[in-house]
Amino acid sequence: MNRIKFSIVGFVMMIASQGYAQPSAKILIAAASDLKFALDSVAATFKKNHPGTVDITYGSSGKLFEQIANSAPFDIFFSADITYPQQLKEKQLTLSEIYIYGKGRIVLWSKKIDAKKEGMNGLLSPVVMKIAIANPQHAPYGKRAEEALDYYKMTEHVKSKLVFGENISQTAQFVTSGAADAGIVALSLALSPNMKKEKGSYFLIPEESHKPLEQGAVITKHAQGNDYAKAFLDYMKSDAAGAILRHFGFTKP
Amino acid sequence: MLDLAPFYLTLKLAIVSTAILFVISVPVAYGLAFARWRGKVIIDALVGLPLVLPPSVLGFYLLLAFSPQNAFGRFLENYFDLRLVFTFPGLVVASVIYSLPFMIQPIQNGFRSVPVALKEAAYTLGKSRVTTLTKVLIPNMKGALLTGCMLTFAHTIGEFGVVLMVGGNIPNETRVISVTIYDEVEAMNYHQANVYASILLVFSFLVLISVYLVNNRAFKVDPYHD
Repeated sequence: MNRIKFSIVGFVMMIASQGYAQPSAKILIAAASDLKFALDSVAATFKKNHPGTVDITYGSSGKLFEQIANSAPFDIFFSADITYPQQLKEKQLTLSEIYIYGKGRIVLWSKKIDAKKEGMNGLLSPVVMKIAIANPQHAPYGKRAEEALDYYKMTEHVKSKLVFGENISQTAQFVTSGAADAGIVALSLALSPNMKKEKGSYFLIPEESHKPLEQGAVITKHAQGNDYAKAFLDYMKSDAAGAILRHFGFTKP
Repeated sequence: MLDLAPFYLTLKLAIVSTAILFVISVPVAYGLAFARWRGKVIIDALVGLPLVLPPSVLGFYLLLAFSPQNAFGRFLENYFDLRLVFTFPGLVVASVIYSLPFMIQPIQNGFRSVPVALKEAAYTLGKSRVTTLTKVLIPNMKGALLTGCMLTFAHTIGEFGVVLMVGGNIPNETRVISVTIYDEVEAMNYHQANVYASILLVFSFLVLISVYLVNNRAFKVDPYHD
């Protein structure tokens, strides 16, 4: 019995003592979900020349903005638009200028219809019963999807078919899993290996149909004195990082 | 590749929450089991609330309460230098509230299941309430105590909604297993999600088997069920 007690106490102490030996160079990034694959690649190449820990939390830009405004411990914020970083700046929660790292694009993606051939009209096809878009309330990609539907005068026709993803990667997950028949997602996700292997097709929605998706990043107040955060944002401006972003469909701003 | 950090964090959260809840619950359950006053139903209902409330409701109110922009959060920050949003201590507080009924209700039933004659015999022999509690009641309800601990532990491990709202998915701080599974599904890493999810499934199943085993054994020594 005593041995059991000792091992329990020992185990609790072991658990309590862990997690304090942190490496000195360390950042925590909050990033829009459309960056999932691109930013993971950028972080991997960055760490080769800058040893340290880069942790990234993905979510919708609006949700991450709320968390940062409520003092979540993020060092850099990569938003899917520039209005959220601008609002942080107005609240004096930033340390750097806003850097526009790329322009995102939206695509119509589907396994059910040949999106490439049918384009936006494919959404009117009777086999498309559910259309996934990101929640326009807090996801910039969802807002742009709504604008594009408006531009093609489809909003009334598809209103009852819309389902909303919590962010753009959940929206992509709705279409790849077949829960929705078509969806408007980020080009960067459509070009990711995980989505390519799903054997869907996509139609690049023309840029004139929606406001631009200028994606801004900013160093937050939490990174005060953290040079590693500055180094990461500098690396983001390099040609190497730029090439990765282009590969995932982000155009130069 | 399996990331062990979420497992470690989840385990830490479950152990700390269970330990705190155990200390709180024994006296509270004792009071609830034996007290006879009208207002008791209100306490009973409050304790049971997390069973019926959606985690998002609880998470929402905790988020408001913990935020440094509101009175309670500001008070904690100014006087105790403690911030509960997006931090591990915040998750512990949230889990303690969230798992309250899973600890209190089995222990409360345990107190009731001990034959009244035992307790009264102890009083008659001049033993104090505290001695009766520690020497007579608790040794006779080990099964209930163990059930409470196991259910609380398992329930905290599976927690998702509250963690996501109060904790905000921060690696090594608040990203527990359930949140990791959510992340992997979103990244369309279905295989990886399956690995984490099946570990959790097997674990939960084993915990429940242990609870039922313990309960069966506890009944065997119960004079009313032999």
